[in-house]
Amino acid sequence: MKKLKTTTKIDFATYLGVTLAFVIVYSLQKAGSLSNAMNSWLVPICSFIVMAVSLNLVVGISGELSLGHAGFMSVGAFSGIVTAMSLTNAIPSGAVRLVLAILVGAVFAAVTGFIVGVPVLRLRGDYLAIVTLAFGQIIKDLINCLIVGYDSRGLHILFNISGQKSVTDLHMDEAGVAIIKGAQGAVGITKLSSFFAGYILVMITLIIVLNLIRSRTGRAIMAVRDNRIAAESVGINVTKYRLIAFVTSAALAGAAGALFGLNYGGLLSSRFDFNTSILVLVYVVLGGLGSIWGSVIGATVLYILPEALRSLQDYRMLIYAVVLILVMLATNNAQLKALLGRVIPKRKGARSNG
Amino acid sequence: MVFFSYLFSGISLGSVYAIIALGYTMVYGIAKMLNFAHGDVIMVGGYICYCSMSYLGLPALLSVLLSMLVCTVLGVVIEGLAYKPLRQASSLAVLITAIGVSYFLQNAAQLIWGVTPKIFMSVASFPMPESVSSLGLSSEAVVTVASCIVIMIALTLFVSKTKMGKAMRACSEDKGAAQLMGINVNQTISMTFAIGSALAAIAGVLLCSNYNTLIPTTGSMPGIKAFTAAVFGGIGSIPGAFLGGLLLGIIEAMAKAYISTQLANAIVFAVLIVVLLVKPTGLLGKAVPEKV
Repeated sequence: MKKLKTTTKIDFATYLGVTLAFVIVYSLQKAGSLSNAMNSWLVPICSFIVMAVSLNLVVGISGELSLGHAGFMSVGAFSGIVTAMSLTNAIPSGAVRLVLAILVGAVFAAVTGFIVGVPVLRLRGDYLAIVTLAFGQIIKDLINCLIVGYDSRGLHILFNISGQKSVTDLHMDEAGVAIIKGAQGAVGITKLSSFFAGYILVMITLIIVLNLIRSRTGRAIMAVRDNRIAAESVGINVTKYRLIAFVTSAALAGAAGALFGLNYGGLLSSRFDFNTSILVLVYVVLGGLGSIWGSVIGATVLYILPEALRSLQDYRMLIYAVVLILVMLATNNAQLKALLGRVIPKRKGARSNG
Repeated sequence: MVFFSYLFSGISLGSVYAIIALGYTMVYGIAKMLNFAHGDVIMVGGYICYCSMSYLGLPALLSVLLSMLVCTVLGVVIEGLAYKPLRQASSLAVLITAIGVSYFLQNAAQLIWGVTPKIFMSVASFPMPESVSSLGLSSEAVVTVASCIVIMIALTLFVSKTKMGKAMRACSEDKGAAQLMGINVNQTISMTFAIGSALAAIAGVLLCSNYNTLIPTTGSMPGIKAFTAAVFGGIGSIPGAFLGGLLLGIIEAMAKAYISTQLANAIVFAVLIVVLLVKPTGLLGKAVPEKV
């Protein structure tokens, strides 16, 4: 057998690990040994894995700090919900509608990512962070003003700037259904997402992101991250490669949003606020910047941690915060690092991203 | 006349943002970190002042001083425990730690004071002459604007005239070189946090005096907005933070009054994006040439 590269091995291990975890959890679910609470975690975990992997593409691989990733999730969620709901009569199959919703969510988020990315990627470092933060807030407020309904004549969209309008202003006929009710968010959503769909989306995301990273394009993106000026001097188009990473990441976040949105009966736009962006960033940083399997594990563990601490009620977020601070302090402690370095012999190419 | 009332409320809101932004900008200028816990120090300041007035029955001025004292200690403790060990770490690690601190403060406040809003008695309430109050100018607004101007001037003088201020400027330019010149960098950073947190306490009291309610998340949104104000004016610059805060407050009040209450925040952030695209270092920020 031909000897595989270390990175290829890590990638295959990632696919295998995710599949194994899925098979185990899926059979547990079928056997009925998961509690209701645990069942309700599955789809959100899948969405947040996709979110974390896609954000890692921007923060870890491309090296740009983005604080508005939830904004893309929001775009994907609401466009996906509108797609799935408005096609209820045209396409009876729930699975087909879910796929369509995810695709539409991804496309809408990608377009938004492109519109935001073109001007914004000129900025650097903390300025980029603050603009993406601002963008996330703007998306949230805009969706808060959106009223969308569907009837026999098609989609009705109203932009509620004054805050005075309601669903009746859409002037729908009797069969009309309101999908997004402004500040009340999306209502009456038919749940289409399933754990299996979540697993497929995670796998597709991993295939896209890992192949992108290992490709010529991915190497160019990382070259820009490591030294922009040097990359520019060897003829790499900096803006183009940053934009590729940013738009791909936005599209995946949109897909994750659609999956997430179609998992609930109702959804508020405030669900995708600054805190959600930060939460995903925490998954990425604790999972390891640039490490894709790290993001998968980070998202899973850190999603479950506060949920599992629910029995501690009021103390759970306090404990979560303390754990967060302690982990950051421990992982950045020079003495601890030196100690670990002596215990674990340095792997060849330990700096490469796996 | 209605226009003036909106303008005054905008200036008063902007002054609060400016005070918070001053704290942000000083910490960023020296420690090069986005201190997301700053907004929650504001909230703690508000609660301390509330407790000292309603439980201890202390007079308003003494309560403000007490709240400043507590916040200063809190700021220095946070810096020493959470940020100091991370001096050499990546900026992202510090950012996440700051977020952890922010969660911690919010949830600790929720445990101590509960989620039900506290009704905050204004510390700056006094009768205004009829001719002024008819324009929609409240006593809180006057006190807020006045304290903001005083703080701005005091801070500018402090940074430009005193030895500590000089040390701060040196640290913000080059920490290594400053250390070689015999400046105690750690002490200077702690001092910056102390000043920033004391300012946050004042901002918290003024914010609550203007809005009268206090919940554990009171500080988050003003914190984020003040941060954008600091970036808007050019982060690291003291007059920039003042200008940015003031403009942001006025834009927000005007957008609320004349365009849409719901979209006011979106408009504020959109203006920020446009400004940054035209002038990537903010209004008064200095462009630093890149070394190759």
